[in-house]
Amino acid sequence: MAVGISAHGIYIPRCRIGRDILAKEWGIPSMGGERAVTNYDEDSLTMAVEASLNCIANKDPRKIEGLYFASTNPPYREKQVATTVASAVDLSKEIRTADFSDSLRAGTSALLAALDAVRAGTAKKLLVVAADCRMGEPDSPTEQMVGDGAGAVLLDTEDVIAEILDSYSLADEFLGTWRLDNRQFIQSFPGSFELKYGYTRVMGEVLKKAFAKFGLKPQDIAKAVIYSPNPRGLAGIAGKAGFDPKSQIQDSFWLQLGDTGTAAPLIMLSAALEGAKPGDKILLVSYGDGSDAFLLQATAAIEKFKVKKGINGQITNKLSISSYGKYTRFRNLAIKETPSEPSVTSPVVFFRDEKQLLPLYGERCNKCSTLQYPRDRVCVECGSKDNFTDIKLARDGKVFTFTHDYLAICPDPPYTQAVIDLSGNCRIYLSMTDCNPDAVAIDMPVELTFRKIHDSYGFHNYFWKARPI
Amino acid sequence: MSIKDKIAVIGVGCSKFGENYEMSTDDMIIEAAFEAFADAQIDPKEIQAAWVATLSSGISATTLADPLKLYNIPITRVENFCASGMDAFRNACFAVASGMYDNALVVGVEKLKDSGQRGLGTFGNHPVLAYGTTAPSLFAMAATRYMHKYGITRETLAQVAVKNHKNGCFSPKAHFQMEVTVDKVVKAPMISSPLGLFDCCPTTDGAAAAIICKKELAKKYRDNPVYVKGLGLAVTSGKPYFKPGYDYLGFEATTLAAEMAYKQVGITNPRKEISFAEVHDCFTITEILVYEDLKFCKKGEGGEFIPTATLEGELPVNPSGGLKSFGHPIGATGVRMIYELTLQLQGRAGKRQVKNPQLGLAYNLGGPGSVGIVTILGNQ
Repeated sequence: MAVGISAHGIYIPRCRIGRDILAKEWGIPSMGGERAVTNYDEDSLTMAVEASLNCIANKDPRKIEGLYFASTNPPYREKQVATTVASAVDLSKEIRTADFSDSLRAGTSALLAALDAVRAGTAKKLLVVAADCRMGEPDSPTEQMVGDGAGAVLLDTEDVIAEILDSYSLADEFLGTWRLDNRQFIQSFPGSFELKYGYTRVMGEVLKKAFAKFGLKPQDIAKAVIYSPNPRGLAGIAGKAGFDPKSQIQDSFWLQLGDTGTAAPLIMLSAALEGAKPGDKILLVSYGDGSDAFLLQATAAIEKFKVKKGINGQITNKLSISSYGKYTRFRNLAIKETPSEPSVTSPVVFFRDEKQLLPLYGERCNKCSTLQYPRDRVCVECGSKDNFTDIKLARDGKVFTFTHDYLAICPDPPYTQAVIDLSGNCRIYLSMTDCNPDAVAIDMPVELTFRKIHDSYGFHNYFWKARPI
Repeated sequence: MSIKDKIAVIGVGCSKFGENYEMSTDDMIIEAAFEAFADAQIDPKEIQAAWVATLSSGISATTLADPLKLYNIPITRVENFCASGMDAFRNACFAVASGMYDNALVVGVEKLKDSGQRGLGTFGNHPVLAYGTTAPSLFAMAATRYMHKYGITRETLAQVAVKNHKNGCFSPKAHFQMEVTVDKVVKAPMISSPLGLFDCCPTTDGAAAAIICKKELAKKYRDNPVYVKGLGLAVTSGKPYFKPGYDYLGFEATTLAAEMAYKQVGITNPRKEISFAEVHDCFTITEILVYEDLKFCKKGEGGEFIPTATLEGELPVNPSGGLKSFGHPIGATGVRMIYELTLQLQGRAGKRQVKNPQLGLAYNLGGPGSVGIVTILGNQ
């Protein structure tokens, strides 16, 4: 039985900031290009939802038997993220979930755990999603280096497009880059210590030993997906390991996105799979406290698989952040001391309303067929009581009417509100995000995106917003 | 059964509307209520029942009882969005009409400027559904749709502000005595597109009061009482933005409330039969929609109707200056409209007096088109 990947997907936040803007702010050299930045309403959880939905776009979510989430910066210290993601993407409740954290290798650790479960036959389909939005300290090169994004793969025994043939892991105790549990910014030991004695040494060793275990030579590999914190690191090892850097090495998109951390291996793997042909052997290598290496081989089924929202489109579809000030508001670095009234909220409401808030279910009246949202006991059209069929709402639609509101408190005014007619004829009222206000118009096509609405009561209040397609 | 000619308004009062930083809720209630007592020449001890309307400037009937020391009689607090004031009046009318009481006091009040909130605040009480919705945003979405459908511009909306600000100059108690031009309205900072600062009513403190009695007792208090001719209230959804198929081109609650009131009075052609109207122009677009929903003109012709609604026009609308210029202390507004109708019907409205009015209509709206109340008063 072939075990491997049956679907993959990524998510790159639309917002970008030019490294020149970051450099100019602090009077330090610019590394050139730009990096992906989460919008003010995004975090690793919301990005994981996006990547997961792109990954399983053509799969039945109710048949997926588990979800593993990986990130070095989950939005909760205690409270699982995987369950929230699983609910938002409408997985069954009878599944296994887990969060993997604390290492850049967490994404491939999750992949290994999922692989073992599927191989062992305890689950047939497991979704693995990694998302990161690491913070570089202001006035540091790291601020220019890191970037935000998410990648997901579905491990499966059916419709496998890339079989996972083998893996090799190495644990390595090394303090190169870290973040204390009460700190916001990642810290690196100054100078080239990590590059030389951490990354280059570990990757050299893992590549050598993995090839030995797999019984292959670098020439046998069609594409090597090798994580690197920056292009310099990868350039240093690729040639030495025997790869042709031009044809065999998967681009890390560092120039456009930055170092996407835990998510990077899965984002790069998704890109490699987009270009893979049947029979191609793909090497996937992560880094962080050691390394996990995987050998994959594309199957004939890969020719029929079409990724939803591939890497190139997501790199191109972007919104540039115009100033450092705006970036600091998005990342909560500019602290507003003016008190703002907390919003009304309660975990109890999220408990009661989970089905309509996370997987976004409305209901269709069994008597008059009206589709209504939010869910009510009595039909808005014909008055029938408790006589509905659950309907999962479409994730796309058109703007019916809208306004750009300057009165609402918002880190990126104006706050755009829109009444939207979803495909399948459901009226919904949502905030808009990732949009240039001038572009919003009646009948504009939009898609839904899972976002953090606010943080009142000391917890994250997640729901859906709409954005231009 | 109809409420027509059962109830008389015998006294009205109104505090100064505006940014009343020097006055408390109690001060404004006292100012409005004692003006009404004096106007009706009634001893406060004669009041048999009372209703007080406020959205959030107090809870319970003690909001009214304590400042006026109006103890030991039945008092009820009414909350029905921005239509709280007129709903309090309506409840008082039906109570007196039932024969239970000879008279009743109605007071509406709102103290908005003690909090630092900008505009009329956010709306809703769900953690994430309709999150961040402000009062302007709800009406702005109607404006966006109306402009798209009927092709009117921000300049058309501005004409409502120009008209009502001009009328407000003749209202000494209005929040603003300040004319504006179309240019000034259009160039003002955007609040909730397409509504700019002068498309929105201000954030105002104020209170208003009215005293009613059984019709047959009215002449005991004054020679020129005005009479309740019709009362209509309709409630539709408080979340129209989720309502399947809603066209955002008007408020059904307005039309339904007006139909009830018109039927009681026997009005078939409101444009001809109504002498003047005080309507809920919380935003410029609202007044345009209300013209249409009250059947003063056809759907889509609200913009063209504005010249007809000036003080000198065929059917003056908001001679007081409306919410736009007189101000909108939420709970007070509906009662303030009764105050204006009464003064106009008694010929006591000074420089803003409309000519020979016989029937005045007041329309108070609550929520995003959710609560519509129409009151028609006459002097015959």
